[in-house]
Amino acid sequence: MDNREKVVVIRDLYKAFGDLEVLKGVDMDLYREENLVVLGRSGTGKSVLIKIMVGLLQQDSGSMEVFGKEISRLGIRELNEMRLKIGFSFQNSALYDSMTVRENMEFPLVRNIKNLTKKEISLRIEELLDAVGLPQTINQMPSELSGGQKKRIGVARTLVLNPEIMLYDEPTAGLDPITCVDINNLINEVRERYKTTSIVITHDLSCAKQTGDRMAVLLEGQFGALGTFEEVFPHAEDQRIKSFYDYNFINS
Amino acid sequence: MAGQSGTRKHVFSKKIDDFFKGLADAWKFVKRFFQEVFVPPYEFKEVIHQCYRIGVESLPLISLTGFIVGIVFTNQSRPSLSEFGATSWLPSLIAIAIVRAMGPLVTALIAAGKVGSGIGAEIGSMKVTEQIDAMEVSATNPYKFLVVTRVLATTFMIPVLVMYTDFVALMGAFINVNANELVSISTFFAQVFSSVTFLDIFSSIIKSLFFGFTIGMVGCYKGYNSSKGTEGVGRAANAAVVVSMFLIFIEELLSLQIINLFRMK
Repeated sequence: MDNREKVVVIRDLYKAFGDLEVLKGVDMDLYREENLVVLGRSGTGKSVLIKIMVGLLQQDSGSMEVFGKEISRLGIRELNEMRLKIGFSFQNSALYDSMTVRENMEFPLVRNIKNLTKKEISLRIEELLDAVGLPQTINQMPSELSGGQKKRIGVARTLVLNPEIMLYDEPTAGLDPITCVDINNLINEVRERYKTTSIVITHDLSCAKQTGDRMAVLLEGQFGALGTFEEVFPHAEDQRIKSFYDYNFINS
Repeated sequence: MAGQSGTRKHVFSKKIDDFFKGLADAWKFVKRFFQEVFVPPYEFKEVIHQCYRIGVESLPLISLTGFIVGIVFTNQSRPSLSEFGATSWLPSLIAIAIVRAMGPLVTALIAAGKVGSGIGAEIGSMKVTEQIDAMEVSATNPYKFLVVTRVLATTFMIPVLVMYTDFVALMGAFINVNANELVSISTFFAQVFSSVTFLDIFSSIIKSLFFGFTIGMVGCYKGYNSSKGTEGVGRAANAAVVVSMFLIFIEELLSLQIINLFRMK
């Protein structure tokens, strides 16, 4: 019996886009301060899963409970309150390209936390930019940043609201191996420093190994395996998981 | 043969189905504007910022176009009037044409091209790069921040630009009249104001409000609903211009009928 607090409970979750069934009965628990990595090939519905969690998409059936509340039954006000507890780091960072880094970080802060003074806002932004190692970029536009820097700023922007859960959508996609390691370290640092619970969506096994406490492999709409990296991968019997491992580690 | 006609029928009915679905979507989008515009939080700062972008940044193009329209229209009208020895009516004719129709129409068409396509492309690009989703997950209402502010800005600024275009076009007309008929500026404008009525100016402002609303709303709708990819952004910008222009012409025709009813009274 696991006594750890469950912050996310997913049961029998289904989602289809037209005739294409993406999620076919997903079950999953996420425990407080755990880093869970969801792996799978492109188009298997990994991102769909976390988009349902923040209400960007709605499931067709099944339940998605976050902090004991069913997301699909929340009204817009309650959903927005829930969203403040969940940070979402997008695959392409999704920085607002007409705003500077400072304005990008101010944007969610001033709209959701009232009565903050300008000084408090500046301090919060500077603290987070320090935490992601990019204090010098504060007045730069997103177009002036590299891919890795954008990812870091994207993470910093989600952290301004002190989320309890961090969702990382393909955090290392399109980055060079050294920057990937930096981003993986950042994910671990965020967990340690801000005590967050995280879901990392990736198809990069190095990222998964470095950041995850548990791995969940999404195969044909369901989790084909769930456990630590050592439990799931090196001696996998399922040919699909085995080939996933082989392509990532042996072929590279 | 029967199979082919069945497929054609199916494609045709799907197109009709899509058309009505699109209309329903557009209606919902417009309805949402009226549901959200009066509810706090109000994004005053963003409305002002958009007013600046739409208004001030359009001035050079509007000035040039208005000025040229004034000169060309005066020049083209002169031969017809001179046949009857009525060139002294030029200021009145031009003022009525510019204030009633050409000023609002030219401004709205230019704004549809410049502002409407800009809004469509900007919001479309935000959509495909997940910036709109990013706003939503940070508990900010993207419709309110992006759509309501831009539609308000176009609705307020197009009438202002129309007034400005009217003035610039009349100045262009004056230069042409002054060069050919040696009419002074005071005589020219005295004739202009004696022929333009309150109804002309009032109706021009009211229809410009509708033009502005249309340009903002169509640009936002097309951008907000653009499909994934850069091609979708281009299509959104293009559709924003085409649909806005089409609707502006329809509104112009409708407003003409309505204003004529008032004139007959």
